[in-house]
Amino acid sequence: MLEASIKEITENFESETTPLISVLHKVQAKLGYLSEEVLELVAKYLDLPLSKVYGVATFYTLLDTEEKGENIIRVCESAPCHVKGSTNVLTEVKERLGIDIGETTEDNKFSLELTSCLGVCGVAPAIMINDRVYGNLTANKLETVLKKY
Amino acid sequence: MAFYRSHILVCTDQECVEKGAKEVERTLVKELKKFNLDNEIKVVDTGCLGPCEAGPLMVIYPEGVYYGNVQVEDVSEIVEEHLLKGRRVNRLLYEIGDDAEVIAPYQQEDVFPGEMRVVLRNCGIINPENIKEYIAQDGYQSLGKALTELTQEEVIEMVEESGLRGRGGAGFPTGLKWKFTNQADADEKYVVANADEGEPGTSKDRLIMEGDPHSLLEAMAIAGYAVGANTGYIYIRGEYQLAVNRLETAIEQAEELGLLGENIFDSGFDFKIKIREGAGAYVCGEETALLQSIEGERGEPQVKPPYPPSEGLWGKPTLINNVETLANIPVILEKGAKWYSEIGTESCTGTKVFTLSGDVENEGLIEVPMGTTLREIVEGFGGGIVNGREFKMAQTGGTSGGCIPKDLLDTPMDYDALAEVGTALGSGALLVMDDTHCIVDIAKCFMHFFEHESCGKCLPCREGNTRIYEILDRISKGEGVLEDLDKLQDLADVMSNTALCGLGQAAPTSIYSTLDHFKDEYLAHITAKVCATDTCQALVVDDEEEYERSETA
Repeated sequence: MLEASIKEITENFESETTPLISVLHKVQAKLGYLSEEVLELVAKYLDLPLSKVYGVATFYTLLDTEEKGENIIRVCESAPCHVKGSTNVLTEVKERLGIDIGETTEDNKFSLELTSCLGVCGVAPAIMINDRVYGNLTANKLETVLKKY
Repeated sequence: MAFYRSHILVCTDQECVEKGAKEVERTLVKELKKFNLDNEIKVVDTGCLGPCEAGPLMVIYPEGVYYGNVQVEDVSEIVEEHLLKGRRVNRLLYEIGDDAEVIAPYQQEDVFPGEMRVVLRNCGIINPENIKEYIAQDGYQSLGKALTELTQEEVIEMVEESGLRGRGGAGFPTGLKWKFTNQADADEKYVVANADEGEPGTSKDRLIMEGDPHSLLEAMAIAGYAVGANTGYIYIRGEYQLAVNRLETAIEQAEELGLLGENIFDSGFDFKIKIREGAGAYVCGEETALLQSIEGERGEPQVKPPYPPSEGLWGKPTLINNVETLANIPVILEKGAKWYSEIGTESCTGTKVFTLSGDVENEGLIEVPMGTTLREIVEGFGGGIVNGREFKMAQTGGTSGGCIPKDLLDTPMDYDALAEVGTALGSGALLVMDDTHCIVDIAKCFMHFFEHESCGKCLPCREGNTRIYEILDRISKGEGVLEDLDKLQDLADVMSNTALCGLGQAAPTSIYSTLDHFKDEYLAHITAKVCATDTCQALVVDDEEEYERSETA
């Protein structure tokens, strides 16, 4: 099953030159994260050394080699958000969820990460949960936002 | 195409959606149906309209009336009053300044006084998901002109004469880059659009791709013709999903109409465009790292030369241009190099899109002629500082740029004038900070970013950013010594002189400029152990402690 889906994804990119990163995006979207087993299969079907596939998977922040919670919270830590108080937002998220950056809650519901600029500086401070962006955050608003998940 | 008497463009950019634009749009569609207006009035999604602080925003055409802060409960009033009875809903009109007129209709070029839209000409005016609307605004006419009337050399000459310089940050003359790629001898060449907009505080490329994707595609095809390439790649940030979707739709529609693909305009010229998504690495905005990433490698910068125009993607000559740079091209071909070169200043022609953020009343994107002063942007478009506070500094060009203090507010915003005062135009990010911010804390934030984003390949950048951060951290905790200031200067020198790529070379720009303009504040942290803005927690003396101190004194 796992092998079949990876084979299928790599076959879709057969006409492309050096599609490794595109393949990893698609595989992650389907399987959640890039485990060692998954990376080995990607290497096999793209005919690349595992060391290279691993090197690429660990270089980019949007590629995960570890299992994450159901929802990934990314707090923007760039200067425009910092100026608008993102440090407080981060402290608030940490306290509410009881986890630090890079950790996942015990119930596996949330993982907390930092992100560089999301390009929505007009509504700073901003966070991104999965692929949705929330801006103009305050402690109150954060509570309402987190309740949605 | 069906005829509609009015179009309502609802901004469905992330910032407006975040404020409820989708709900507003749904209600709008429902209300129009209720009054049987859905056959004569069309609701269209559009990209960012600019003044994000007033979201959710919509524009009603042909009148060109903007409504801001529209809530679900306001929708029925807009439909009944404006669309049914033809009376504007004054309380929702989006205005600029006290005595300024309500936003001008779209026939006029300027959306705000002083603003000039060249790159953003179609953003918010056309439906980005319908190629016919782009064509109706003379879209793809320049590509047709290039392919059927001009030689490759003539196109390059026009770009050279326009004076256009790279909008990604470095400001390299675009025409020259095109010429080098054209002159390189190879069986295959590539055009790459750098859409890896990672500079903190910048969202112009996202806006162009979400609001007017065809302008990028058309420009890439023109570039392909001029340099002799038949394939283009758009390397876009993985975070920009809406832009990716809109570009995919646009490519599909352009291929259907034969504006991309084989034998375009019967000229014998073939050009196809592919999208490659990045995966979250700031350094991939650097051109050689970007190419590495397309080649399926870790995004690590390479030694230059060879430069991409002679040896780029898969070893072939490659033209890499920023999205904003490319978006200028169709206009230059349409209106002429002379017309373009008369906008802006002599050495920096054309317009620039700025992303204004921070402590100003109005945040958002604006496009103005090069050479507009920082004061005009901050006080005019930005509406001044929030809460009546004082302007302390502005960082231009993003986190890799420098900080300008109050006495340099009249600096013209162009490549050369900003370089003279020790900062950069960069990507056009403009972060304004008021007097509540501490210079050490802000510098720490910048360096924390670079410490994280350094790819680790070269030592000056890998170690330099970390050491600078550590020194700043010490200073913010009251553990700094005077020597630290010399060390900061030394580290900055080593990095800017010896780092492999632009990331490491530009990272200490903010250190230079803050040491230059705000040295007193560093000194206060080091010698008096005082943080005047009470930002550095370790130096904040709470009231009780202060009381005790005064008691014992």
